[in-house]
Amino acid sequence: MSLHRLAFRLRPTVTHVRSLHSSGYVQQQEAVAVEPEPESVSVFRTQEKDPACHSDKHVGQFYTLSSAHVRPLFPDSLPWRYQQQMKTFNETCIMVRQPALEVISYLKKADYSQPALRYVFYGLKGTGKTMSLCHTVHFCYTQGWLVLHVPDAHLWVKNCKELLPSSYKLSRFDQPLEATTWLRNFKITNEHFLPKIKLKERYVWTKRESTEAGSSLGELVDQGISRVKSSSDVVGAVMKELRLQSGQPGADFRLAVAVDGVNALWGRSTIKKEDKTAVDPEELTLVYNLRKLMKNDWSGGAIITTLSQTGSLYLPKSAYLPQDLLGERGFDSMDPFIPVSVPSYSEKEFESCYLYYMDRNWLQHPQSRTEEGKKELVFLCNMNPSMFERLCGYL
Amino acid sequence: MLMNDSSAAVSPQICGTPALRRKNLGAAGPEKFTPEFIQKQVEEFEIGKRHLANMMGEDPENFTQEDIDRSIAYLFPSGLFEKRARPLMKVRLSADLCFPPCEAVQWGPDGRPFHFLFYTGKQYYYSLMHDLYGRVLKVEKHQDQLRAKGLFPTEPKQIALGTSRWLTKEELEARLVEPISSQDYEYFIQLMERLLAMPCCSLEQQFVMSHRQQLEAQSMHQVVPPLQKDDAGVDFSTAEGRRKTSRGSVVVRDCGAGRLTVNGQDYLHYFPVLQDREQLMFPLQFCGLLGRFDLDCSVSGGGRSSQAGALRLAISRALLSFLPQSEGEAMRQAGLLTPDPRVRERKKPGQEGARRKFTWKKR
Repeated sequence: MSLHRLAFRLRPTVTHVRSLHSSGYVQQQEAVAVEPEPESVSVFRTQEKDPACHSDKHVGQFYTLSSAHVRPLFPDSLPWRYQQQMKTFNETCIMVRQPALEVISYLKKADYSQPALRYVFYGLKGTGKTMSLCHTVHFCYTQGWLVLHVPDAHLWVKNCKELLPSSYKLSRFDQPLEATTWLRNFKITNEHFLPKIKLKERYVWTKRESTEAGSSLGELVDQGISRVKSSSDVVGAVMKELRLQSGQPGADFRLAVAVDGVNALWGRSTIKKEDKTAVDPEELTLVYNLRKLMKNDWSGGAIITTLSQTGSLYLPKSAYLPQDLLGERGFDSMDPFIPVSVPSYSEKEFESCYLYYMDRNWLQHPQSRTEEGKKELVFLCNMNPSMFERLCGYL
Repeated sequence: MLMNDSSAAVSPQICGTPALRRKNLGAAGPEKFTPEFIQKQVEEFEIGKRHLANMMGEDPENFTQEDIDRSIAYLFPSGLFEKRARPLMKVRLSADLCFPPCEAVQWGPDGRPFHFLFYTGKQYYYSLMHDLYGRVLKVEKHQDQLRAKGLFPTEPKQIALGTSRWLTKEELEARLVEPISSQDYEYFIQLMERLLAMPCCSLEQQFVMSHRQQLEAQSMHQVVPPLQKDDAGVDFSTAEGRRKTSRGSVVVRDCGAGRLTVNGQDYLHYFPVLQDREQLMFPLQFCGLLGRFDLDCSVSGGGRSSQAGALRLAISRALLSFLPQSEGEAMRQAGLLTPDPRVRERKKPGQEGARRKFTWKKR
C-alpha cells in the first residue's frame, strides 16, 4: 500500500503518526504525489470537531472550533493572549491534550445520580490549564449541558470599583458590576436553556419588585441585568435554583460548573472596606454563593476547576500544587476532588504546535524555520506553552 | 655641578651666602646606598629578627619571614586598608621600594666611576649599543673570512624568529634600569634589524633572541577541565565561572536531553527573563550542541544578569573538555572564555557616585 510506504518515508520527528490509514493525512512538506488529497490536511490538525469523539489518537493535534460555538460559549472567558491569537489567525484552534481528554472520559462515564464530582486542573505557570478547561467546557456545551462558567474568580476578589452593602444580609458586600457582567455572559452562553427552566421559589427584590415561582430563568436573569443594584443577589438566586434543580429526576439538563482560578475563593482579597480593613472573601455575596456551588451536595452535573497562581493574591510565584494554592480552608472544602496535572508540552505536542505556527506563517524569521532554530526555541522556552507562544510572537 | 652654579649666579640672590647655596646643591638627589651600607642594614635586620623571635618566645634559629609577618601584625595591629601601608619588616634587595639598584653608587671611594661610559650619562644604553656594534663587526669579519675561503653559503641560515617581537621601549628601560628617549630606542631597533639583515647573523642568535619577547598563543593559557566518568559510564566535566560578584559552577553531563537545573529549580523558573536564558544558550548554540547535554548548575551572589553571565562562562569552560582544540580556539575568539573584568567602581569622596559629581552651583 503506497500510503503505508509513505509512513516510513516521513521525517523521524513524525514517526508517531498513527491514523494515516484512516483519514488519509499527507505530510505537507513532502513533495509526494502518491495520493493527492484535495484539502491541505496536515499531521498537526484533526478534522474532528466534536470533542466527544476526541481520543488518544488525537493527542497533540489541533482541532478547530466552529465560530457558531465560539461566540456564545466563550464571550469573554478565553485568555487574553489566546483571544489575540484567534483574531490574528482568524480561527479558533485548541490542541487536544491528555489532561482534558482524561476529564472528558471521566465525564462520559460518570454516574450523574451521585453527588457531583470535582475535577481540579493544576500545574506550573503557563502549561495550559485554562485551555484544558475551555476544551472540557466545549465538550459539555456540545453535549447540551448547561454551562456555568466563571472565567476568572480572581477578578471577583480584587480591583472592585463599587462595593455595596448587601440588601439581603447586612454583613455581606455586593459587587454589582462584576455580577452584571457575569449575568450577561451567562445569558449569551445558555440562551436556549433560559426559557425552559422554571423557578421553584419566589424572590422579592424590593417592596415593589419580585419574581414569582414558575417564571422562567430568563426573566430572573433579565431582572439582574436591568436592576444593577440587586444583580449579586440574582446571581445567588440563579446558582441556588440550578443547584436545586439539576439533580431532580424531572430536569432534562446537566449542570457543568467551570471555575478558573478557584483558589481565589479561599484566599485573601485586596478589597477594603471604608475603614480600611480587608474584606474576607466570605463576606462577598458572589464568592459566598459560588462556594455553596462548590460543595458536592448536589447531583446531576460536574464541577471542573483550575488553580491559578497568576492572578492570585499574596501567594508566592513558586506555588502550584493544590495544597499550596488552595490553603487549608480551600483544601478542606474541596476535598475530595480529582486532581489532574497539566504538564508542559511533550516532544510530539511541541512539534505539533511548531508546525501549526509554521502553517499560519507566524514564524517569519528565516532562522526559526531551520532545525537549529527549532532547537534554540526548545531550549529557550523549555516546552512551556505560554513561553513558546510569547517567544514566537517576537519572530 | 657647573651648570647649577651658573644658574645660581643668574637668579636673583634672595638670601644666604654662597656657602649655604653650595651645601643645598650638594644635598640634591636621593641618598646613595653603597654595598657596605646595604650589608650593614642586612646584619642589623638579622639581629632584629632574633630579638623579635625572643620577644615572641619562639626559636630564633628557625624564625622564617612568615613568622616575622605574623609577629609584626600581632605587635602593631593596623586598621589601614592599603596592605602596603601597614608596618613591614622585610629585606628586599631587588628593584623595589627599599634599595633600588640604580641608586647604588657608581663610583669608588676615590671618586672614579666604575663604568667606562659613566660620563655619557646613559652608560648602560651606550654599552649595549657598543656591544651590539661589536657583534655586527664580528659577523662582517666572519663573512669576509668565509668569502675569502670560498665557503660563503648561497642560502644562509636565518635566525628563526618564530612568533616573537622586539622588546618595547618600556621593557628596554626596565632592563637597562635607566631612562632612554624614543630616538635612542629607534637607533637600537635599526641596529638590530641591520644585524638581522646580514647573511651570517645566526652566529648571534642567542644575543638577538635575548632581546625579543615571545608571543604565546592565548589559547595555550586556557586550562581545560578534565573529562571524568561517573558510575554509569557517562562523561561529565565540571567548571566554574564568575562575573561581577556572582560565582557559579556547572556540571555538564553527556548523553542528555537538554535539561537544565539551576540551584535545584527548573531554569525557566529561576531565569524568567528571556535575556538570561539566551545567555545560557549561547555557548551551546555556538558549538551546535544544543540537545546533547544535561546541565546541573549552582550559582550564588550578584544579580540575575551577572548570575547568567557567570553560568555562561562556566558552561563554556566545561564544554572545552568535550570539544577539539580548534573549536576551543573558536570559542576563545568569540569571547566566551574571557572572564568579564568589569566590576562596580567604587564611589569616591567628594562625588555623588563613581563618576557623577555633585551639582555645580555657581554661587
